[in-house]
Amino acid sequence: MPTPILDILWIIPLLPLLGAAINGLFGKNWPNKIVNTVALGSTALSFLAALEAVREFFEQGQRLVHKEFFDWIVAGSFRAGFDLQMDQLTVVMVLVVTGVGFLIHIYATGYMSHEGGYYRFFSYLNLFMFFMLILVLAANYVLLFVGWEGVGLASYLLIGFYFLKKSASDAGKKAFIVNRIGDFGFMLGMFLLFKTFGTLDFTQLFAKVEPWSHESWGIFGTFTVASLLLFMGACGKSAQLPLYVWLPDAMEGPTPVSALIHAATMVTAGVYVVARSHILFTHSETAMVVVAIVGCATAFFAATIGLVQTDIKRVLAYSTVSQLGYMFLGCGVGAFGAGIFHLMTHAFFKALLFLAAGSVIHAMGGEQDMRHMGGLSKKIKWTYATMLIATLAIAGFPPLAGFFSKDSILGAAFQIPGGHPLYAVGLLTALLTSFYMFRLIFLTFHGKQRYDEHHIHVHESPWSMLGPLVILAVLSIIGGWLAAPSFWGGEDHFTAFLAPIFGGAHAEGEAALSEAAVHSLELTLAVVAVFAALIGLATAFWLYLRQPGKPAEIAKSLKPVYDTLYNKYYVDEAYGAAIVKPLLALSTNVLWKVIDVEAIDGTVNGIAHGAAATGDVTRRTQSGNTRSYAVWVVVGALTILIIVFWPAIRAIAGGAK
Amino acid sequence: MVPTHYYLILSAILFGLGAVAFVVKRNIITIFMSIELMLNAVNLAFVAFSQAFGRVEGQVFVLFVIVVAAAEAAVGLGIIILIQRNRQSLNIEKVSLLKL
Repeated sequence: MPTPILDILWIIPLLPLLGAAINGLFGKNWPNKIVNTVALGSTALSFLAALEAVREFFEQGQRLVHKEFFDWIVAGSFRAGFDLQMDQLTVVMVLVVTGVGFLIHIYATGYMSHEGGYYRFFSYLNLFMFFMLILVLAANYVLLFVGWEGVGLASYLLIGFYFLKKSASDAGKKAFIVNRIGDFGFMLGMFLLFKTFGTLDFTQLFAKVEPWSHESWGIFGTFTVASLLLFMGACGKSAQLPLYVWLPDAMEGPTPVSALIHAATMVTAGVYVVARSHILFTHSETAMVVVAIVGCATAFFAATIGLVQTDIKRVLAYSTVSQLGYMFLGCGVGAFGAGIFHLMTHAFFKALLFLAAGSVIHAMGGEQDMRHMGGLSKKIKWTYATMLIATLAIAGFPPLAGFFSKDSILGAAFQIPGGHPLYAVGLLTALLTSFYMFRLIFLTFHGKQRYDEHHIHVHESPWSMLGPLVILAVLSIIGGWLAAPSFWGGEDHFTAFLAPIFGGAHAEGEAALSEAAVHSLELTLAVVAVFAALIGLATAFWLYLRQPGKPAEIAKSLKPVYDTLYNKYYVDEAYGAAIVKPLLALSTNVLWKVIDVEAIDGTVNGIAHGAAATGDVTRRTQSGNTRSYAVWVVVGALTILIIVFWPAIRAIAGGAK
Repeated sequence: MVPTHYYLILSAILFGLGAVAFVVKRNIITIFMSIELMLNAVNLAFVAFSQAFGRVEGQVFVLFVIVVAAAEAAVGLGIIILIQRNRQSLNIEKVSLLKL
């Protein structure tokens, strides 16, 4: 559908790339101000370009815009172009990425101002924006995969930003390698789709898929296999079971990075891909069930780990894993709109939580352990207020953003056939979420002061950091109103907006109930969810403010459980024993000591030794003795003479006979 | 008239003697003399061919060879005298500093 508008779509991703290039190539000796101008300028312009693109998109009636800018790979019938597209889903993603990204850029100018490698940081951050925008704007799987890998690269670079610290560079490698496992599946999924349908362009592919029959539970046809392979990639990128292990370690990166990449945008790419490919997933019942179960299990599993972590950023990291699980749960039960909605609200409040945590860490001069905080609420009021809003939002208190999005996911889970166990686990997770988030708040901001005031001078952060906090806090409050459920009196604008993409996927479960029944059901579920959140809040209040000695007692009495949770179910250790160790042994004993040293080095060294040995023999002819040379000359001359006169000699010999 | 191949056979014998002496002898002066012998064997062949074909180029060449040989003798004898002065020996085995 060629339209004359939106010709400048390419400029949205290209601006941050330009910023990254300028800062990366020339910024080394620039003062921070110039680096700021370039980095913030390119991101701000990109945000404005995105706003303009969205305006044009609305102006032309919200129809899918598909732009082919140039051919990238053309081979036979295969074509992968630099094609960008804009539809309702892209609108949401682009605005979240550029908007939240811009705010975090502003924050980072304050947070990173004392750090070395300032230009490098912003260059990477802009590079990340470029790849993320390519990812969400891409109109085919191949270009999407470019963005997909690119954000992985940027993530690797930024996790390992403090590369002199071994744990940081290890964490970067871990993230990269774990993501490769998922990407392996993603690529196989792409190959399978191309082999079956002959195209990887979203519009063409989905149009071809539409008429195919659905695969019911237990049938492993093309759609099931392709969806599960794509989901494997999504699991890696979005840190789902069993590939979530890299995300908590990724907290080694600077806090703005944790907020932008490992909370708000990159890790949601998996959810985006599942939502983008929803036609494939809905064609396979098995794939949907797997997505829902994996999402639900991850949500619960990560929440339990989050209960006992003491590092403020790690709590948030497990919380992120858990919330991503919710999004997949939403997708898995067919409520793609709700999943994407939670993605958006989560981007707001989780970015806010991370930035506020960064502000706390900044105030504490680098301390991240909550056991050494406490009583900060008076000293850093703005940080406390914004963080409290975000906590209320993520815990699901109305009328903040998280309440609506979580509620619509849980509601959808409740309404699908056989979804009650999913709903129950989701609800329990909501309770746990509320508990560990308020545990974080109480440990950090309330209670007794547990740090040495003489050593740590607690100070509020500069306005470049607080500004984004306040804006995100406002978004965390009002962001949910876009999709207020009907009993709330509002309209579900968000789902209606995304309806052209996800269509009636949501309607399956609801069709059976009358409108009034739906209302009362939604109201009941909402009340139950709020009640769960209140229990979590009350428990945290009681344990960490009323009875501060109690948690340690409980931890002691339930030591095996506590240790298991504290050590994250020993998953890292299990992976180490099951995969890393054998692989290391194989690499060391076979690949290194046999194949590399013996075979490869042996061949190379053998050739060298052979040449030396030959030389050793032949050098004897070059004795330096003049007379031996003379002998060679004579012998050579005689040989030539004999060769030249051979016919004559033969003739004479013949004649003699 | 003496047939040409007589000259050529004589020339070959002289050249062969020169070559053998060059290889076998150790005294530098003897080696030098054997080189002269080889040069003159060649001169003989030139002159013989010149006369056989009735052309003058062979004899011209001989003159060149004599000139070069004279120059060579001058340089060579100079070197030999220096070797004698420095090493008090004319044995070629002693002049092998560059040898491996």
